[in-house]
Amino acid sequence: MISETLVDLSRFQFAMTAMYHFIFVPLTIGLAFLLAIMESVYVLTGKEVYKDMVLFWGKLFGINFAIGVATGLTMEFQFGTNWSYYSHYVGDVFGAPLAIEGLMAFFLESTFIGLFFFGWERLSKHQHLAVTWLVAIGSNLSALWILVANGWMQNPVGAEFNYETMRMEVTDFAALIFNPVAQVKFVHTVAAGYVTGSIFVLAISSWYLLKKRDLGFARRSFAIASAFGLASILSVIVLGDESGYEIGDVQKTKLAAIEAEWHTEKAPAAFTLVGLPNMETQSTDYAIKIPYAMGIMATRSLDTEVTGIKDLIAQHEVRIRNGMLAYERLQVLRGGDRSAENVALFDEVKQDLGYGLLLKKYTENIAEATEEQIKLAAADTIPHVPSIFWAFRFMVGAGFLMLLLFVLAFWASTKHNQEHKTWLLRFALLSLPLPWIGVQAGWYVAEVGRQPWSIGEVLPTFLSTSSLSSGDVLGSIITIAVIYTVLIIIEMFLMIRFARKGPSCLHTGRYHFEQNTTKKL
Amino acid sequence: MFDYETLKLIWWVLVGVLLIGFALTDGFDLGAVILMPLIGRTDSERRVVLNTIGPHWEGNQVWLVTAAGALFAAWPIVYAASFSGFYWAMMLVLFALFARPLGFDYRSKLDNPNWRSRWDWALCLGSFVPALVFGVAFGNLFLGVPFMLDNTMRISYTGNFWGLLNPFAILAGLVSLTMLMTHGATWLMMRTDKQVLQRSRTATQILSTAYLITFIAAGLWLWFGIEGYSVISVIDFNGAIDPLSKVVEQNNPGWMANYTQYPIMRIAPIVGIIGGVLALLGATINRSALAFLGSSLAISGTICTAGFALFPFLMPSSIDFASSLTMWDAVSSHKTLGIMFIAAAIFVPIILVYTLWSYIKMWGTVKVADIDGDPHGLY
Repeated sequence: MISETLVDLSRFQFAMTAMYHFIFVPLTIGLAFLLAIMESVYVLTGKEVYKDMVLFWGKLFGINFAIGVATGLTMEFQFGTNWSYYSHYVGDVFGAPLAIEGLMAFFLESTFIGLFFFGWERLSKHQHLAVTWLVAIGSNLSALWILVANGWMQNPVGAEFNYETMRMEVTDFAALIFNPVAQVKFVHTVAAGYVTGSIFVLAISSWYLLKKRDLGFARRSFAIASAFGLASILSVIVLGDESGYEIGDVQKTKLAAIEAEWHTEKAPAAFTLVGLPNMETQSTDYAIKIPYAMGIMATRSLDTEVTGIKDLIAQHEVRIRNGMLAYERLQVLRGGDRSAENVALFDEVKQDLGYGLLLKKYTENIAEATEEQIKLAAADTIPHVPSIFWAFRFMVGAGFLMLLLFVLAFWASTKHNQEHKTWLLRFALLSLPLPWIGVQAGWYVAEVGRQPWSIGEVLPTFLSTSSLSSGDVLGSIITIAVIYTVLIIIEMFLMIRFARKGPSCLHTGRYHFEQNTTKKL
Repeated sequence: MFDYETLKLIWWVLVGVLLIGFALTDGFDLGAVILMPLIGRTDSERRVVLNTIGPHWEGNQVWLVTAAGALFAAWPIVYAASFSGFYWAMMLVLFALFARPLGFDYRSKLDNPNWRSRWDWALCLGSFVPALVFGVAFGNLFLGVPFMLDNTMRISYTGNFWGLLNPFAILAGLVSLTMLMTHGATWLMMRTDKQVLQRSRTATQILSTAYLITFIAAGLWLWFGIEGYSVISVIDFNGAIDPLSKVVEQNNPGWMANYTQYPIMRIAPIVGIIGGVLALLGATINRSALAFLGSSLAISGTICTAGFALFPFLMPSSIDFASSLTMWDAVSSHKTLGIMFIAAAIFVPIILVYTLWSYIKMWGTVKVADIDGDPHGLY
């Protein structure tokens, strides 16, 4: 049996490196678009200050992009190094979007980013603008394919298990791409990236305005960020991926965990605003509820029920029993007796094979699992409710705070009075961590909410690991943690240094630190 | 659409193309950065080296990312077995590769000489390690890798990191290292002038000689000193795939069998040697384009030589011969190979066009004077 320590360590390493990588990704996605917008304004108006904006925010973008690229490699390596059974079991399906991401998006983004930084003298204005847009489009396409892959982990459509090769294989590639979970996730995630970029520009510009430096530069940056940010945060909230939670069993379970909905309630269900979900008693203590709200939010209707956790466990138990049968019949086929009759028998129950595999945590001999083991496996199908419940509320809370900020900021910038509203500028500056709190909490909900599966209803996480020793993985965790700590210290050091200098670091002679007195543009 | 057998062959070629694409593009920036501390004596000279590759290294690195992605999609179990089996080697490559994006972007952002010198060494080491380890990994493929598959296709690996560092694999690592360093040096010959150009010429002469010696030595060792593998059961090229159903044995001439059976394949090692000689010649008579053509041919020839020798094996197993992975049985489903082929057929030509455009736009000699004239704009 696979050691639990190995599974926990492998999960810890993946979570650590993925969350770290996602510090930089949303900022890249958001800033790339903001740069393209700023440069478009430059080309349309011909005003140098917009070019300076592209150059300055582009410098910060570059600092962030470099570390994003470096840490992205870890993700690509890690499926093979630490999740080799996963890579074998679903590589036929999961590998394709990753490879296409490289061919279609990452090449585009990376080739043109070189020209973005180095091509100012070599390209015409319009060529350079095209290059910047291609970087932005490339980073968005990149997110699309990664989220197609991730969406498939949540809701594995368009694929089927093949007993001859012992793996999942593609049956319908279009279904994989147009997977509704992936589509909703894509819109939600890139819009969250735009919000991150906007808050970044807004907060730093507000700081210049508070310091009464480089006002023309900061005011224009503030205006673009507030307008783009407002549109983006509205997309994030309105197109929030809660609507995706109706689809597929794993998403239903996740929804029940988010809402700590222990019992199926009559539609439309009440929404638990806050409370303390308790896994042992299967109830939520001190719950404050808003009637009808959840039913409407989650199902977009008044009469669709949201299935509660206890009912889900009961359903899953049935599927586990079915899965035992599937596993037994698979053993016959793998043993070599591949008669048409045996294949038909397996096909009857093979959709529940994944549930059968859940028992591997407790016994090697799945077909003869005890009642107690079946109960344990059924209970395992529910992820950790309290942390998901709270992570979701942190995400939503951060989202609504940012909505408030962008509304106020956009209003102020249309009135051209933002630099006099010190409280607004301070609010913007203090909001700098909010998008990161939001996206990290959001991914926690999405990925911890997917447990115990690495591929929903198909492959349990604990079976997905490589056959490594725990010592190997512990060693790599420690090494990566040390390197990542050093890298982020260096990155933050440079980021803060250049943000403090502001556009003066462009050495144009036009900005604050290059003059003796503060000069307005 | 193509039948399964044809698609398996196409993907074997395509993965080779991606690997060669990686070695031709990222190869020169790996090589140039390894050479940077030697070829660039002053800070400005080092920045000349960095700025020749500044606009391109990011795009170049995507060849590696895409090759790994294609490996995952086309040969999932090879990706799984090699990355998990070579765990610490892969981690070492990964840690080394962290240094490059940061080093390129951060090095010249501050004027502090200590800061710059630390990044220079990080960049150099970060390029040296992958160039060496890729060759070491390839070398180990010829010796067989100690892994086996069980009936559920779970991979177990019995070797360790130190086992990878055997004499033949280290020689293969040196082939890869000298080949990529030669390529870096010929690239610098094309894109620099004065002292930097002169030092690049000398480097090309030394390195291409070293490449020729190690390449030929590795070939002879493989020919006379290493037992190859062959599949002795009948392979169902078009059929369903189960690696465990075949019979493999270790025998001589093994890795040379393809060269006997298909003499046309001998072209690969010949191209490799001619390439090395052309690089040496180009450096000696100061024809930088000729030298670069030479190092490009050397890379293509070397990778093809290895691929042809192994064919149809991708990753032979030394402890359970039947677990050996070949390009017939370690592949994705017919459908996935088909879809991926369409994607590659559409995007690879587009990639080549815009990559070429970016090189044309940024072409020209990078001079010390340009660097000194723009202290804040470039790398």
